[in-house]
Amino acid sequence: MSLTTIWIAMCGMGVITLSLRASFLLLPPHVVLPPLLRRALRFVPAAVLTAIYMPELLLVQAVPEVSLHNPRLLAGGVAILIALRFRNTFLTILSGLVALHLFHL
Amino acid sequence: MFSAPHDYNAADVRAGFISALPVLAGVMPFGLITGVAMAAGGIPPLEACLMSVIAFAGASQLAATQLLGSSAPVAVIFFTTLFINLRFMMYSASLRQHLRQLPWGWKLLAGYFLSDNCYALCIGQFSRAGRDKHPLWFFFGAALPVWMTWQIGTIVGVLAGAAVPAAWRLEFAAPLAFVALSVPLLRDRGMVAAALAAGLTAALATALPMRSGMVLAAIAGIAAGLLFEKRTT
Repeated sequence: MSLTTIWIAMCGMGVITLSLRASFLLLPPHVVLPPLLRRALRFVPAAVLTAIYMPELLLVQAVPEVSLHNPRLLAGGVAILIALRFRNTFLTILSGLVALHLFHL
Repeated sequence: MFSAPHDYNAADVRAGFISALPVLAGVMPFGLITGVAMAAGGIPPLEACLMSVIAFAGASQLAATQLLGSSAPVAVIFFTTLFINLRFMMYSASLRQHLRQLPWGWKLLAGYFLSDNCYALCIGQFSRAGRDKHPLWFFFGAALPVWMTWQIGTIVGVLAGAAVPAAWRLEFAAPLAFVALSVPLLRDRGMVAAALAAGLTAALATALPMRSGMVLAAIAGIAAGLLFEKRTT
């Protein structure tokens, strides 16, 4: 990755994030979210956050690999179970990292 | 633009600050992990720390790290940032009546600091208390310690991450952080459907050019969520 790309990405991220955060604080009071958009927005975090990590677990060299030979999938599975049970960020990440090392043995 | 409201109130700033203290125990480790993941993902230390200041949004910093590592074009990084951070628009809509009397410069500044934690602290306080706390001063009292802790956490993480050997596989902390962020959201049928549809689409669509599978995944997830949500009315 080139330094220029990182800087462009970084500045764009700043502008996008600030625009979203300040959006309704600055918009005139009569501008509101339409109900359908509000319903749809509810699903965005769960959808996008899962879309980011799922390929990292399922794919081995760009090919889906659902088997006991995929240590990332197994370690991710452990982390998902821990997250469901304890809802604790630190514990989830720690368990996943430890599991990855164990499955690599 | 920045003409300060005349009712500066140190007690409200202090109230916000104190309410933020317990939350910092969660901000610090997430900042550390984000810093470590950015360093392990190949973002140089200075740029990694600057990203924390400029974007100040952990999940999108992690996502950008992943995408930069896989040579995705910046357009995909922008799109992903937009979708991950759409929730801030909802926070913005929900807080605006409490901050409506401010000059626009202060609103912009408040927008910059509007993180998940800060929103949760303020909306809790504002919906409880009547008019006894000035929203603005409580807001900044809560926002500043969260911001400071995030910056310190990522700086320490970046420095530590750069010193850690690759054999520790710390780059796997990034997808795990997304597991930790997303799994607690799966509280109803619609959310589970949205996550499954988006996750599978993203995995199967990675062959598409320029990681555009991300766009498809977001659309598939939202559609599945709307389709499977329990209608309450």
